[in-house]
Amino acid sequence: MKVLVPVKRVIDFNVKVRVKADQTGVDLANVKMSMNPFDEIAVEEAIRLKEKGKAGEIIAVSIGPAQASETIRTALAMGADRGILVKADGDVEPLAVAKILKAICEAEKPGLVILGKQAIDDDSNQTGQMLAALLGWPQGTFAHKLDITDSAATVEREIDGGLQTVEIKLPAIVTTDLRLNEPRYASLPNIMKAKKKPIDEKTPADYGVDVTPRLKVLKVTEPPKRQAGVKVKSGTELVDKLKEIGAI
Amino acid sequence: MASLVVAEHDNRTLKDSTAKTVTAAAQISTPVHVLVAGQNCDAVAQAAAKLAGVEKVLVADDAQYAHMVAEPMEALILSLADKYDAILAPATTNGKNYLPRVAARLDVPQISEILKVVSPDTFERPIYAGNAIQTVQAPAGKKVITVRTTAFKAAGATGNAAIEKIAAAADPGISKFAGEELSKSERPELTSAKIVVSGGRGMGSGENFKLLEQLADKLHAAVGASRAAVDAGFVPNDYQVGQTGKVVAPELYIAVGISGAIQHLAGMKDSKVIAAINKDEEAPIFQIADFGLVADLFKAVPEMVQELTRLGY
Ligand SMILES: Cc1cc2nc3c(=O)[nH]c(=O)nc-3n(C[C@H](O)[C@H](O)[C@H](O)COP(=O)(O)OP(=O)(O)OC[C@H]3O[C@@H](n4cnc5c(N)ncnc54)[C@H](O)[C@@H]3O)c2cc1C
Ligand SMILES: Nc1ncnc2c1ncn2[C@@H]1O[C@H](COP(=O)(O)O)[C@@H](O)[C@H]1O
Repeated sequence: MKVLVPVKRVIDFNVKVRVKADQTGVDLANVKMSMNPFDEIAVEEAIRLKEKGKAGEIIAVSIGPAQASETIRTALAMGADRGILVKADGDVEPLAVAKILKAICEAEKPGLVILGKQAIDDDSNQTGQMLAALLGWPQGTFAHKLDITDSAATVEREIDGGLQTVEIKLPAIVTTDLRLNEPRYASLPNIMKAKKKPIDEKTPADYGVDVTPRLKVLKVTEPPKRQAGVKVKSGTELVDKLKEIGAI
Repeated sequence: MASLVVAEHDNRTLKDSTAKTVTAAAQISTPVHVLVAGQNCDAVAQAAAKLAGVEKVLVADDAQYAHMVAEPMEALILSLADKYDAILAPATTNGKNYLPRVAARLDVPQISEILKVVSPDTFERPIYAGNAIQTVQAPAGKKVITVRTTAFKAAGATGNAAIEKIAAAADPGISKFAGEELSKSERPELTSAKIVVSGGRGMGSGENFKLLEQLADKLHAAVGASRAAVDAGFVPNDYQVGQTGKVVAPELYIAVGISGAIQHLAGMKDSKVIAAINKDEEAPIFQIADFGLVADLFKAVPEMVQELTRLGY
């Protein structure tokens, strides 16, 4: 069974983003970029399935600028087998990403697609679900634990009230949550090996998908800022102060 | 035309997040209808009918909706979509699960976690863990929206809507609910509590969370946590507050042994009053705390409990 893993290039989670003065977006110049952390978890899960003999080839896909090939290389260094880079500049909305992924699924026929639950830049939390719907496949989102048989997946999911388990038929979509696994670091030999693994270059047009944004971003602004308040000296004083202002 | 709000509930009680989503919906398109999809969910339908501004409650009572599994929910909502120009759900793990499927099938973008309705086609939403706010205009056509409920007031309970039973849609038959393990707690729910007490890695162990629970019990507060505390296994996953966990905005948030990473702040910085206890005076949490206490939490929290007891809490 092939496994497809879409990986997005995003601002590194440690970077404190700054909104541009002209309100057109956030400043991406000279900012460290990395693989979306949830996608690292997705790559790791695919590799573990392969190690357990439950998955065959692992294909990492990224839709983005030329530099997104670095993100694919990271996945290849972790253990993915080959990559597909769909070159597109500017923001590609989740629906367009899902349409491109759908076309790739139709060509590659994976048994499973593992995505991150959320890209930490747009915070959309949509792409996996949209892909599932476009393909008419079931989904196990926010996965905490994943078990695969030949024809089905059992997915334990992180939900607001605790954990929920669903059984879904394959082929299926899974999106990762933080506790699914701890992604490995790529070893130096594997980083070297990854340089020889193939990456196919495509464009959205190759898949017949129009990536023109549907949503119009009118502006991007800074949220209201909070100021630091006062320091107190003890737990006793903290309670007294909270009582004084009527917070308790 | 009208807007449709998909109700959040557990078949017995209607969640507050529904009332807040109704408020957002009323600013986009009226009349507002509420869809209650569940099993043996009469009480939920009754409660939804009382929400101010709701004209009609549609009830699909069928086993396939008992746990809001995404694929049957998609089919049901799509069967109704023709009649609405906006479809909304609260940005809970349920709403986030089924609603993007609906958007994709309608071939429209979903607008996730709106904070504000600027006009019926223009919305504010957070990006980059709330470090930037995007104002987006949706194209003509149906709007599919999840709502960050901390940003909207709940509709009151003064309404009297009609309740209409509707037929279930055919179950796509590709998925099924297979069990759940829900956290049991006598305390208020994290997302609707007036006071939240959260612990981080500084708590050191799950056992030590008892200390926070004592404080929470005095204050009738909910207990939350940072990702580090959840990853370390101190508390279950549903305690996580943050960018990729729950978003809370209580009257008072007390952060204990939490450093204040941007991903954590994303989930609590809209709280009315923030208090923080941390032994490191450089901890970023102090930059946003109204009251900061640089101290060992194992000394400070018992002091708080003692003072509350003295004050008769
Ligand atoms: C993709 C992604 C998503 C994430 N999502 C979230 C999220 O939703 N929510 C979230 O919280 N985090 C999230 N994080 C993690 C986040 O980046 C931080 O790692 C996390 O919030 C740190 O938790 P913490 O403050 O408990 O731990 P630490 O940063 O380790 O801080 C512990 C604090 O406790 C203090 N302390 C220790 N002992 C004591 C004591 N005895 N008395 C007083 N103070 C003490 C220390 O001084 C320190 O400041 C996410 C990260 C990623 C990459
Ligand atoms: N441009 C992209 N290229 C590859 N994968 C993507 C892209 N955008 C989104 N994804 C995948 O979809 C997931 C959810 O993204 P989002 O719906 O934008 O929050 C990510 O974690 C990725 O796995």
